[in-house]
Amino acid sequence: MGRIWVRGSLRHLKTNGGKNPMEYFLTEEQQMIKELAARIADEKVAPVALELDETGQFPWEIMRILADTDLFGVWVPEEYGGLGGGVFEQSLVVEELSRACSGVAVSYAASGLGGFPILLFGSEEQKQKYMPQIASGKKLAAFAVTEANAGSDASAISTTATLDGDHYVLNGTKQWITNGGEAEIYTIIAMTDRNKGARGASAFIVEKGTEGFSFGKKENKMGIRASATRELVFENCSIPKENLLAKEGMGFIVAMKTFDKTRPGIGAQAVGIAQGALDYAVNYARERKQFGKSIASFQAVSHMLADMATQIEAARALVYATARMIDSGAKNVSKEAAMAKVFASDVAMKVTTDAVQILGGYGYMKEYPVEKMMRDAKITQIYEGTNQIQRNIIGQELIKESMRG
Amino acid sequence: MNIVVCIKQVPDPSQAKIDPKTGLVIRAGVKKILNPFDLYAIEEAVRLKEAHGGKVTALSMGPPDAAEALKEAVAMGVDDAVLLSDRAFAGADTLATSYTLALGIGKIGAFDLIICGRQAVDGDTAQVGPGIAEQLGIPHATDVRRIVSADDGQLVVERMIENGYETIRMPLPALITAVKELNEPRMPSLKGMMRSKKMQVPIWGPGDIQAEPERIGSNGSPTQVYRTWEPTRKITSQMLEGTPQQQARALLEKLGQVQ
Repeated sequence: MGRIWVRGSLRHLKTNGGKNPMEYFLTEEQQMIKELAARIADEKVAPVALELDETGQFPWEIMRILADTDLFGVWVPEEYGGLGGGVFEQSLVVEELSRACSGVAVSYAASGLGGFPILLFGSEEQKQKYMPQIASGKKLAAFAVTEANAGSDASAISTTATLDGDHYVLNGTKQWITNGGEAEIYTIIAMTDRNKGARGASAFIVEKGTEGFSFGKKENKMGIRASATRELVFENCSIPKENLLAKEGMGFIVAMKTFDKTRPGIGAQAVGIAQGALDYAVNYARERKQFGKSIASFQAVSHMLADMATQIEAARALVYATARMIDSGAKNVSKEAAMAKVFASDVAMKVTTDAVQILGGYGYMKEYPVEKMMRDAKITQIYEGTNQIQRNIIGQELIKESMRG
Repeated sequence: MNIVVCIKQVPDPSQAKIDPKTGLVIRAGVKKILNPFDLYAIEEAVRLKEAHGGKVTALSMGPPDAAEALKEAVAMGVDDAVLLSDRAFAGADTLATSYTLALGIGKIGAFDLIICGRQAVDGDTAQVGPGIAEQLGIPHATDVRRIVSADDGQLVVERMIENGYETIRMPLPALITAVKELNEPRMPSLKGMMRSKKMQVPIWGPGDIQAEPERIGSNGSPTQVYRTWEPTRKITSQMLEGTPQQQARALLEKLGQVQ
């Protein structure tokens, strides 16, 4: 590969600054949230994105800025110190941050994943205790169901919670937990009655620092490397029985209802990654000259860009529509939430792979940001329910709907 | 601590150009921004309020649009904002501007500290801060890079000079101007942005501040910008060769030839 100098302006990632050509009729408040998140992405995240990827350092400074600017609370009701928005507002923030670095975005989003179970199923005491801390960003939250032998098959978890007087004692290990070690508030799914099968799991709130609760090593990941992923280790970890969320046996319902709320956020993360990759690829294609013209003037390239842009817009429209539907209080949103996640994540993987292709040799070099975006996109097809599971859900819902007539 | 921050809305320097015919900055169609130096002033004022309690008021003299800049300050944590705006204020030089702002501050009420940005990036005079202090008869320090302490009615600051800094103590009330070394301005918060959106910025005219008509606007401006131009630079140079003694002799000869 010959060494050709490409002008410096492409070397630094510049996001699109929160400007979308398509009109989605955001309210004034939603527009403010989007612009603020875009500004933080441009001014604070983009300059350090490649460094965070290399060092895998947790972005505490950016988390602090997100907290100080009130962005952690956009989805939390005002009575708990939030802004009273919902999944849509949270998705706006995640999308903008993801344009600059999805590792930062998922660290922000995972706090929502850990907080939603408490908001949806917590008692008033639990909500009063934890929601303000999560809404203010003073403490991060995290959610833990996955184990070494329980990924897609969540019912195969073996972490147990045994009632002992006025305490539950937890034993077991959770795997690959986002914000593990950095968060202070953890929502854990553990088995309380193995004999009841899927109705035998319960959800608990565990705080960092509880005796018997420790963390494994930080995982060395393909992408979203700024995000901290660790094992959670419970060794006779005793928690007050007041830390049970909802009732015994509700564990998987808590998990499923939570995912219904948070899957659009992963869709938004995927849309943001894809948009960042598209913006970079378009700028590059315009400036890069071969055979006497910019490569954007070749149909092979412009058609790729066209397909990328169209797919991103379709994914965005689906994510936004799903988020709005969820926020309107619709009862059954599992199918739509799964659709938003599966479609957007597949788009992100395709778009980022194409972006690397358009940048050619430069796309393969770590000096340029698109290879990171391709590595980052992959996880969106895997976590919060693999895309295979998402398709299972959609298929099942279709059959159920058809039977209802 | 009650603090007043004086701010200005200016044309975005990256977009602004000079009209070669009039010699004035072309403002039409150019995006307006909050003067960058004023961000450090706002940030420091909000930090002092967070540490000592009290209230921060932002004040500006300008056209009605300048209310946008005041709202940005509110989004960063400033409590109140006032805009001095009237046709009679227009065309003011730094003397008339200082006079007008000083009267505005007087109407706002008792204050402990006034903070200004070092200079506005369109005028670049750095005169208004000191001018306000003189009009109000209070001490001031320019180019402040750090506030060391603000206790017991005394302000101790580090003031930047060319090769270092001076440490200055002044009794309050006083005025300081801020440079970029002072702090890292915060992002606006969502709650701040929503507050500022709902806020109606009061507008005061000459009558509200009892301004004498011959001291405001172009009437009150002894200085006038007569001409602004970009000088063309032509550098001719000649290298002198030889030993130091030979070069010295050649230089003396050249200097002797200068008319």
